[in-house]
Amino acid sequence: MAEKMAEKAASKAKAKKSAGSASGSAKAPNSYRTGPDEKGFFGLYGGRFVAETLMPLILELEKAYTAAKNDPKFHAELSWLHTHYSGRPSPLYFAERITKELGGAKIYFKRDELNHTGSHKINNCLGQILLARRMGKTRIIAETGAGQHGVAVATVCAKFDMPCEVYMGATDVERQAPNVARMRLLGAKLNPVTSGAGTLKDAMNEALRDWVTNVHDTYYIIGTAAGPHPYPEMVRDFQSIIGRETREQMLAAEGRIPDTLVACIGGGSNAIGLFHPFLDDKGVAIYGVEAAGHGLEVPNGHAASMNGGRPGVLHGNRTYLLQDDDGQILEGHSISAGLDYPGVGPEHSWLKDTGRVTYASATDKEALTALQFCTKMEGIIPALEPAHALSFVMKLAPKLKKNNLLVMNLCGRGDKDLFTVAKALGMKV
Amino acid sequence: MTAPTRIDTRFADLKSEGRPALVTFLTAGDPDVETSRKILMGLPAAGADVIELGMPFSDPMADGPAIQASSQRALAAGMTLKKTLALVRDFRAKDKSTPIVLMGYYNPIYSYGSEPFLDDAKAAGVDGLIVVDLPPEADDELCLPAMERGINFIRLATPTTDAKRLPQVLTNTSGFLYYVSITGITGGAAPVASDVHAQVARIKKSTQLPVAVGFGVRTPEQARAIGRGADGVVVGSALVNVIKDTLGNKGQGTNKTISGVLELVKSLAQALRKR
Repeated sequence: MAEKMAEKAASKAKAKKSAGSASGSAKAPNSYRTGPDEKGFFGLYGGRFVAETLMPLILELEKAYTAAKNDPKFHAELSWLHTHYSGRPSPLYFAERITKELGGAKIYFKRDELNHTGSHKINNCLGQILLARRMGKTRIIAETGAGQHGVAVATVCAKFDMPCEVYMGATDVERQAPNVARMRLLGAKLNPVTSGAGTLKDAMNEALRDWVTNVHDTYYIIGTAAGPHPYPEMVRDFQSIIGRETREQMLAAEGRIPDTLVACIGGGSNAIGLFHPFLDDKGVAIYGVEAAGHGLEVPNGHAASMNGGRPGVLHGNRTYLLQDDDGQILEGHSISAGLDYPGVGPEHSWLKDTGRVTYASATDKEALTALQFCTKMEGIIPALEPAHALSFVMKLAPKLKKNNLLVMNLCGRGDKDLFTVAKALGMKV
Repeated sequence: MTAPTRIDTRFADLKSEGRPALVTFLTAGDPDVETSRKILMGLPAAGADVIELGMPFSDPMADGPAIQASSQRALAAGMTLKKTLALVRDFRAKDKSTPIVLMGYYNPIYSYGSEPFLDDAKAAGVDGLIVVDLPPEADDELCLPAMERGINFIRLATPTTDAKRLPQVLTNTSGFLYYVSITGITGGAAPVASDVHAQVARIKKSTQLPVAVGFGVRTPEQARAIGRGADGVVVGSALVNVIKDTLGNKGQGTNKTISGVLELVKSLAQALRKR
């Protein structure tokens, strides 16, 4: 099925190019890069659907972010941290053996797994902690699923000497033991969440409950490009360094910008970070890859909110959600704890409806296969999240011409997944 | 909105009686539809002046553990928004005067469709709505179409609602204003009565609407103390906890569930009637 989807996606992209306009139910805008509007909407999606207690705070945050965005000092400090603390720019790596093996597009990996803490999450955390400091906040909270965001938050809190509490579903605490240990070692207080099903969405509920209780001194570092405005915009901006670097690096390497972009989608922060700087480059075909878990046809067996859900309102924004007929949120499933979320960032929902980005999916099995393929072919163990993106690349690349420059965001490294992968493959650790 | 709603009438009557309203919260369908129905039917006689009925939601972000659990019990028992409306319809067939306010989160309503939901709610006899995650900035989603149909849209004001923000909160609020006595979730720390009275007095300078106070009110004594400086007192988590504490060994509702809830409502009502 996924293969069919890749074919469909490729032909759709071709049709789009020749027609010169986007398909989909929403109207194609003049620019895809001007959103959100002043109320925080990307078309139908986004907004500020929060309890009244949080509204004054959200408005204050928006003001503070706008001020920071226009302050060269803020950018200078962030840029210094990127270079000296997280090790940016991350390399744009030509995956030569994989390219040869697949026999189509020329495949590059954007190596964001080489960042400090092992994923793209640090890009956002550095930006937000600087903002929290500017706002005079003295306590940091966060939610985490796989623990990558939790580790990145705990890391910046250690560096800036801020007390940190991380909410993590009790189920995830169990299946992500190495990251739990890292967070504790970094000095974060870990709060296992037992309400609901004890996974990422429940952790986010609990973080919101903490925030509403401690509004005066607490800053909530949301880990993905979702939540109430201005989070989706702000997290996107902090992650867009991925796309901006890619642009420069590809120009340096090949003398032109890429033809194809691929990234995995949970909440979608790594993807929007890669995509956003290219949205108005009409010739660039863009693909997001959702987690199809056990298969899109299995009820509540996947985490593909755009391919298998419908629009709704949760966690402060309107977006595609996994939900039942009564509007109750479903848990979903993915082998990757980082993609195991019933929603998606609102900008992706809008990009789907406008047709600018094509959203495909990959199953647990396909991701596992891709993870092994990458490890053996390139000596890089990717996290299960980007393994979903690679699985789609494996189907798409052979259909593309050899001069098609494809960039896949390798947004996290696989160390954290060793136990999950070993268990799935029947290996002993 | 022109004609007075049941909510307007009820608060006006109580004002002339000179006592605050007892506003009770329970989740529809908790712990199961039948037990929930029996409790609901018994509330007016037990002394509830205004009934808030929670629309169960899988992700109640502004609620504490007690109401979260009540939502989960109701959903596990098969409760849906449609069934909640049916429950109100049954209640309204027997009771023409006690106002019913549905309280919950936006997604189940959005999923139902805002307009069809409002039409069905009106027909069922719903008088007001509290939708936690719809701030004034989102009034065109549900608040304005509700007002057009004569359904009160009741807004929450909180300790973070400062002088600058308050007018916006009040603009399209009708029926009553729900003052959340603490920054936090339902069932949290008990509020200090004198602080609450000062806040209510502050708010009342800007509005003619009755102000009901909730979040953290548990006992008849607390209700009485808070009620001295407010037009209504909301009790929720304490009632929901009675349900939790009286369930049978399979988690089913028992006779004690119904009598236990109604007895607490009685003692709360008596406390508010004391001079």
